[in-house]
Amino acid sequence: MALSREQLAQRVAQELQDGYYVNLGIGIPTLVANYVPEGMEVMLQSENGLLGMGQFPTEDEIDADLINAGKQTVTMAKGASIFDSAESFAMIRGGHVDLTVLGAFEVDVNGNIASYMIPGKLIKGMGGAMDLVAGADNIIVTMTHASKHGVSKLLTNCTLPLTGKGCIKKVLTDLAFIEIKNGKFYLLERAPGVSVEEIISLTEGELVVEGDVPEMRL
Amino acid sequence: MAGFDKVVSSYEEAMEGLEDNMTVIAGGFGLCGIPENLISEIKRKGTKGLTVVSNNCGVDDFGLGILLPDRQIKKIIASYVGENAEFERQMMNGELDVELTPQGTLAEKMRAGGAGIPAFFTATGYGTPVAEGKEEREFNGRHYILEPAITGDFAIVKAWKADRYGNLVFRKTARNFNPMAATAGKITVVEVEEIVEPGELDPDQIHTPGIYVNRLVLGTFEKRIEQRTIRS
Repeated sequence: MALSREQLAQRVAQELQDGYYVNLGIGIPTLVANYVPEGMEVMLQSENGLLGMGQFPTEDEIDADLINAGKQTVTMAKGASIFDSAESFAMIRGGHVDLTVLGAFEVDVNGNIASYMIPGKLIKGMGGAMDLVAGADNIIVTMTHASKHGVSKLLTNCTLPLTGKGCIKKVLTDLAFIEIKNGKFYLLERAPGVSVEEIISLTEGELVVEGDVPEMRL
Repeated sequence: MAGFDKVVSSYEEAMEGLEDNMTVIAGGFGLCGIPENLISEIKRKGTKGLTVVSNNCGVDDFGLGILLPDRQIKKIIASYVGENAEFERQMMNGELDVELTPQGTLAEKMRAGGAGIPAFFTATGYGTPVAEGKEEREFNGRHYILEPAITGDFAIVKAWKADRYGNLVFRKTARNFNPMAATAGKITVVEVEEIVEPGELDPDQIHTPGIYVNRLVLGTFEKRIEQRTIRS
């Protein structure tokens, strides 16, 4: 079975470490915050200028001056700090954020990522995504492995305009956990009940399968 | 106004001198921390042909979006747009020039502009459409592109509190682009929720020193919320 959105978030959460500063993109990455292991401390960075993002507010706590990068009202966690946007991206570009999780339309064997623009359709912009992929060393891309029509999104070459070049090393799809190195995809784990053959058939870029590929533990 | 006193008594006075085809840098992220009344004043004045530099362009009936129906904005430099129907229509028809700029690069362009740095190298955007036509250089084995700084004829800023000398304190994430915008305007206009006497703000707690501020006006704010989200 392909992973659900919640299961994708659960698997990403296994990559968290105690004391990590983490930036979570909009969508599935945001759900990762719900699966921080018990007893572990992580601090969430929101690129509009908040380190130490808390949960959503109650009706009484809502504050128009306190939002996250998705423009949603939020609260601050204990030990939070606030800063301007230049400082926020100094943290990101300077490589101070330990883990970045974001979505994509396509990735390819050279670590290129396309995530912000489909020519001919409405272009809304890249927001902070280009800064995040260029600045972070440890990035996990979460995405569906293929389109509804079975067209692979893990490619030899991205077809859409790039968000970043040569910057992605780890991809978690609804079917597989994949590492990118030496111009190839490497199959590290497969979703429970998903066969290696199915993953191969839905991966357009070169996929290396070494030995028995374990199922993810969720 | 005398000496260091930056306070003006009306929004009309605050935006005096804004003319057609000028560049305006605006603080704010989404609808958070936007200079909402200064934007309304630009609408009232009817100034046209503006180049606006702002992370976003408001929504249909609030924020910078209200400058769209009368075609007051000729060009916008932003990182994320299209939260409103009129914007989309003008962009698709080629009536509005949109220069998409990565969010961190946009913040740094304002910061550099205000700090007298004409351009800077960044890895952000290398190998993407953003890099087209820009100088590329390698430092320590990594690729970077040269991004020019931005300055504006006017900067419009929203702060929480100020003293009469224009020393500013921002509140929570309403800070966002406002401190950089404040440095990058030839004329920087700030609207605030409260003005106190010089000496009342703790110098250690001031986010933007008054040297960057030319005009200060007291306002009342709607502070509209774009994505009201509560926990269940």
